[in-house]
Parts: sequence; structure tokens; C-alpha cells
Amino acid sequence: MITTTDLTKVYRTRDREVTALDGVNLHVQEGEVHGVIGQSGAGKSSLIRCVNLLETPTSGTVTVDGRDLTALAGRGARPSAALRQARSRIGMVFQHFNLLSSRTVRGNVELPLEILGLGRAERRRKALDLLDLVGLAPHARAHPAQLSGGQKQRVGIARALAGDPKVLLSDEATSALDPETTASVLALLRDLNRQLGLTVLLITHEMDVVKTVCDSASLMRDGRIAESGTVRELLATPGSALAAALFPVGGPPPEDGDRTVVDVTFHGAATGRPLISQLARTYHVDVSILGAAMDTVGGAQIGRMRIELPGRFSDNVVPIGFLREQGLAVEVVTGAAPADAQASAAPTKEATR
Amino acid sequence: MTWTQMQPLLTQACVDTLYMVGWSTLVAALGGVPLGVLLVLTDRGGMLRNLAVNRVVGAVVNVGRSLPFVILLVALIPFTSAVVGTFIGPTAAVVPLAVGAVPFFARLVETAVREVDRGLVEAAQAMGGGTGTVVFKVLLPQALPSLVAGLTTTVIVLIGYSAMAGVVGAGGLGDLAHTYGYQRFETTLMLVTVAVLVALVTLVQLLGDAAVRLLGRRERTG
Repeated sequence: MITTTDLTKVYRTRDREVTALDGVNLHVQEGEVHGVIGQSGAGKSSLIRCVNLLETPTSGTVTVDGRDLTALAGRGARPSAALRQARSRIGMVFQHFNLLSSRTVRGNVELPLEILGLGRAERRRKALDLLDLVGLAPHARAHPAQLSGGQKQRVGIARALAGDPKVLLSDEATSALDPETTASVLALLRDLNRQLGLTVLLITHEMDVVKTVCDSASLMRDGRIAESGTVRELLATPGSALAAALFPVGGPPPEDGDRTVVDVTFHGAATGRPLISQLARTYHVDVSILGAAMDTVGGAQIGRMRIELPGRFSDNVVPIGFLREQGLAVEVVTGAAPADAQASAAPTKEATR
Repeated sequence: MTWTQMQPLLTQACVDTLYMVGWSTLVAALGGVPLGVLLVLTDRGGMLRNLAVNRVVGAVVNVGRSLPFVILLVALIPFTSAVVGTFIGPTAAVVPLAVGAVPFFARLVETAVREVDRGLVEAAQAMGGGTGTVVFKVLLPQALPSLVAGLTTTVIVLIGYSAMAGVVGAGGLGDLAHTYGYQRFETTLMLVTVAVLVALVTLVQLLGDAAVRLLGRRERTG
């Protein structure tokens, strides 16, 4: 639904160049919620602004719903009529809501409808329907200043839906909200995704957001996509920094060579089976659990556990093989490499907890 | 000088002042708003980025603002004659007053429009809005309280300028205070005139503030 090909964005200031996007290839399937996560400065914001060409990419193409937007852009700073038409079918919500204080809640939702050229009565009807959808119908005549943060973002969402978009872009939409409000706004996005078949591309720096609503995710680092895939794929990928950050399993790193530390990821049917105790009984090994986490990601139960087995890795090939046979993703934590991967994903709230 | 003698003079002077200030304010608003908006749009990072236009308009505005009004009043006499057919009287004074007020108000408009959150412009663009939408549905409505405050300041400055318009025989309160009060030693008349001017300025300020408050009410919680 959304595809970017070799997207680059370079900001030129008088004395230097800053590469915000360095060849980004992003694919978002129709009907999914895709989260792009990364530290500030990783290029997330530039990426989402390039998707509807609020920022003109330096090179590369952006295709949304089969239309190459970069080809529609036209020359110069002014957007072409074709691009503006395409934008009106892409909804966008913002971190700071960006509602007009000069208009009522209903007036704000009517703005995109005015741009689309709808008549007065139709605008009013449609705006009220949208406000009803986001649960704000009673506040139609209020001004944004009278609303709470969560309510403001609901107005922002209603406004973004006015053009009957197939795609919704969310630029840190929950970053200015408290955890409870965040959860309710994310639930709303989830509902809209399911009810309307809306494809959602969201950027965030909060791992919790990815965990709660995303079907798939990408990790951005230094203007590139470092990892990308469905949450399930990522968790099954050995050494995935995103999986480690989504599911931090604490525990001390291995210190000497006489013990083997492995991270085990359970998903699907494996979550319900007593595999660790089977392992201990079958192979007569003493298993120490260093850390474990269990959660629901994208509607599926997933668990991760860091366990320690006595002896070197070479002594534990058979038990590890057993775990792999049972359908678990097993990752051997050896030395510096995986620990480093985890450290780089650490700045997210979830991982540092 | 008795009150009966003073009254017709004061009434006429008030009418002249209001006439001059009223028309020149209208021209200042009609000219200043587009110029101010143009200054923002053509600037670096603006939607119609065009630095050449920006510099030229900026320079014209600066020249307009830096000329002392008395000079403008005299220098514009040929232009005034061409536009309104005379260079004497209140109507003639409207021309230099307006020419002086347009760049003044344009800068105030520019500041007010610049203060509108860029995120709102971005939101309108993301909805598919063009320059017209951004200007008329976002920038001007959002800047309205500041624009009204700026217009109030402009009116007060124009009341001050209009006092100088006596130089071109325009009449008005300032002229009355000068010709009768100062030159003919009618201290009472001068004091009354000054009192009227103070009252007028205060009234304008109060009305302006009330309007700004009314418009700004929606932006506060409650």
C-alpha cells in the first residue's frame, strides 16, 4: 500500500549537509498497522513527511495506493493539483494535534471537507458522523482549547478520516499523551484499522506503541531501516535488536565460558507447553532462568526467556537442538555481539525498564 | 473663548479627524494584510518562496516606515493631487496617511502571521490544501486576534499622524490645538482639544482590547 524505493533526504544548510534518509526501502501491506521506531534523529519524521511529500525527497520514489506521488509532485516548492488531490486521500495525525483554535471541533473536522469542496449540509453531516465515530459527538461545538489531550487527538483522527483515506499516517500521535490516554487512542486506531480496513503507518519512539497495535515494524537507525518485518518474524530472527527491545529479558550477561546463556522465544502453541521442565527432565540439565517476559503482541501471546545451562555451548548442542525442534526460536547469547545489539535498542522505554 | 464658540470648532475638528483616520485605516487594512502575508509567504521556508520578491517588498516597506511622516506629507503632494485631485483638506491628507500606515501595518501583519504555528500550515497541506486554503482558512483566522491588536495600534498611530496633517490644511483636532490653542493663546481650547484626543485614543484602545479579548476567548480553556 505504501512503498518507498531508495528514498533519500538530504538537508543542506550553509556549511554542511545532513542526511536524514539514506536509501530507505519501506513496504507497508494493505490493511496492516506498521510501526517505524527509532531514536530521535534517526529520520522517522523525515520519512513520514516524505510519504505524503510534505518534505520533497532528494531522490527515490514514494508510491501510495499504486500512485507514484513523487511523479505527481511537479516542479518547485508548490504542490501540483494532482498531488494535493492525492494528499486529500491520505490522512495524517500529528503529535501536537495541530487543530485550529479559531474553529470549533466540528469546524476543524470540516476543514478537509471544505478543501474537497463539499456543500455546507454535507460537510456538517459528515463531520458529525466522524465525531460520532471517535466518540466526540457531544463536543462538536466546543473549541479545541476546552478539550483534553486525548480528546484533541480524537478530533485530529476524525479530521484525518474526513477524506475517506485508505492510508493514515501517524506522526508520534500518542507521544504527548499520558499512558492511559495513549492506550485509548491506540485502541481507536486499532478499531479503525479493522473496521475501515485502514492501512496505518505510524512512527513512534515508544516500544509500547509497537507492541500494542502494530502488525509489523521497522527499526530506523541513522537514516536507514535496520530491521523490518512482522512482529512474529522479528521475534524469530536471531539477533534482532527490535525483538530484544520489544521483549527485554534482563539477566546478567555471561561472564565465563563454563556456562551457556540462551534466549528462547515462545510463540503460538509453544507458549502453552511446559518445555523447560521437559528439557530439564529429558537431558538432566539444571536450567536457571535469568529473566523472562510474557506479553501479547499484535493479538498473539509471545514469551521470551533467558536461561542458563551449565557447561560450554559445545556441551549443550543437544538440549538446544531439542528446544529448536519444539518450534522455539533459540538464540545463543555469546560474548559481546548480542549484548551490543541490545544496548543499541536500549533507549526505548521498555528496554531500559 | 466660550464653550459656544468652541463647540462648532471642536465638532468640525472631530469629524475631520475621524474622516482622515477612518479612510486611512481602511486603506491600511486593505493594503497591509496582503503585503504582510506576502512577506511571510515569499520568505525562506514560505509556501511561495521567492527571495527576490521578498527583498523588494521588504525594502519598499522599510523605506515607507523610515520616512518621517511630515516629509511624506509634503513629498507626496504631487501624487496626492494626481489621486484625489487636490492636495489640501482632509481628503488630501488621507493619501499620505494611508501611504504611511500601509507599511506600518504590513509589518505588524507579518509578525502576527509568522506567529501562527507551522504545524497548522503543515496540517492544511497534508489535507491537500493549497496556498489559498492556508492563507484564508489557517493563517488569517488564526492570526485574527493579533491582527486586530495591530490594527488598533495602527489607528492610534494614525490619530497621531493626522494631527500633523494640519500642515496640508487638513483640519482635525491636532490642527485645532495648534492654530487656535498654540498660535492664538487659547489655552482652554488647547486643553479641551488635548482632552478630546486622549479620550479618543483611550476609547480606540479599549475597543481594540475588548475585540482582541473576545476573539481570544476561544483560545483559552473554559
